[in-house]
Amino acid sequence: MESLTTWIEGLLADNTIFTLQTLSYYGEGLTTTVQLVFLSLIIGLVLAVPLAIGRGSKHQWIKMPIFFYCYVFRGTPLLVQLYLIYYGVVFIDGIQDTWLWVLLEKPFVPALIAFTLNTAAYTTEIFRGAIKSTARGEIEAARAYGMSWWLMMRRIVLPSAFRRALPAYGNEVIFMLHASAIASVVTIMDLTGAARFVYARFYAPFDAFLFVAAIYLCLTFTILFLFRYLEKRLLAHLKPSSQ
Amino acid sequence: MIDLHGYGPRLFEGAMITIQLGVLSLILSVILGLLTASAKMSRSWLLHRIGTLYTTIIRGVPDLVLMMLLFFGGQIGINQVTDWLYYQFNIDIFINVNEFVAGVLTIGLIFGAYMGETFRGAFMAVDNGQIEAGRAYGMTNWLMFRRIRFPLMMRHALPGLSNNWMVLLKTTALVSVIGLSDMVRVAAEASKATREPFTFMLIVAGIYLLIASVSEWGFARLQKRYDVGFGETN
Repeated sequence: MESLTTWIEGLLADNTIFTLQTLSYYGEGLTTTVQLVFLSLIIGLVLAVPLAIGRGSKHQWIKMPIFFYCYVFRGTPLLVQLYLIYYGVVFIDGIQDTWLWVLLEKPFVPALIAFTLNTAAYTTEIFRGAIKSTARGEIEAARAYGMSWWLMMRRIVLPSAFRRALPAYGNEVIFMLHASAIASVVTIMDLTGAARFVYARFYAPFDAFLFVAAIYLCLTFTILFLFRYLEKRLLAHLKPSSQ
Repeated sequence: MIDLHGYGPRLFEGAMITIQLGVLSLILSVILGLLTASAKMSRSWLLHRIGTLYTTIIRGVPDLVLMMLLFFGGQIGINQVTDWLYYQFNIDIFINVNEFVAGVLTIGLIFGAYMGETFRGAFMAVDNGQIEAGRAYGMTNWLMFRRIRFPLMMRHALPGLSNNWMVLLKTTALVSVIGLSDMVRVAAEASKATREPFTFMLIVAGIYLLIASVSEWGFARLQKRYDVGFGETN
């Protein structure tokens, strides 16, 4: 570890901007970005599955609220949603006296809420499409076996729907990574926040933003390859057969 | 009625800026997208490479980072060029990057890459026989593009185009971060001043939904127009 530090220091010797200090800002920013994106995606995914099932329900009073939620969150900018939650949460009566305030005081949790609600809306639509495109015959076969609705969902519909949703969900993950840059607007020191700080400190926009752009590019490619690998494994049966 | 505390006119101006910004960058992105699609489909190795590089980089980096890079870096870059011109040739020009122009250029540049992908797929979906027929009529390349390839391509491109427009419209909100007074910035200022974030943010959200719904209707009509001659099933 000691030798690594000296090695990096030697590498950065004739460089005024990328010192160990600023690199550590970028490092912390990377951690924050990954945390924010990962957590919102996981929670969003958990929310999206029941919502997607409910979205296809026969009952209007289940279907319509979910439709409305998706319509609003997909139709308005994430920045507006973030502002609404970040500025709005203060004005909920009496919230400052509860334990929740400890969490909501810092911008991380409001941003996490906004991102989660946003990605859940998009993911719901992705899953709904995948569930809707389940082959009719599979459902009929499940019925013929006397499966209950729940068993059919769990064993037949959802597993194949998840696989079919994979390519679209991969795009959503990349979209979320890019959207997370907005977190810097509400003073979160994510990757973009670190870049803005370095820019403001040294007045060096090219160094600050090109460096962070390269990091985002690497992250994007990592996600891309991960999903390509998953698709290769999980969607092998859908590939056109090679003669 | 909702009390806007006198922010109504400014909010309206902000909405106008959002719409202008959206439409102008849409036009720029369509032009860039057509160029990118042509570059990517061209037989020239270099053009193909440039097109691929452009779409890969733009689609791999967050909009906000690109916007800040071009906005904050753009002014310094231009200053360096004008300084150089002054020292070398004694030409004294001063170009100030206007936020609105910077916003249009950045959003246009970003969505040019997405449009490029949409158009490329759509151009490839055009039946080759149509192009051969055009060539048989002795049409020039431009005439063929105008009369055959573009109208036929648009039918396939419209769903993607409308999708890109919806994303573009929402991306315009980001210009508020680099200092342009669009409706999101006005609403954010008003929220802080009046301490009523719900009122202003919900109004802005409503306006976005309104613009999206109106354009969805417009795109449906356009689709109908470009679908003429292809029957109901398409």
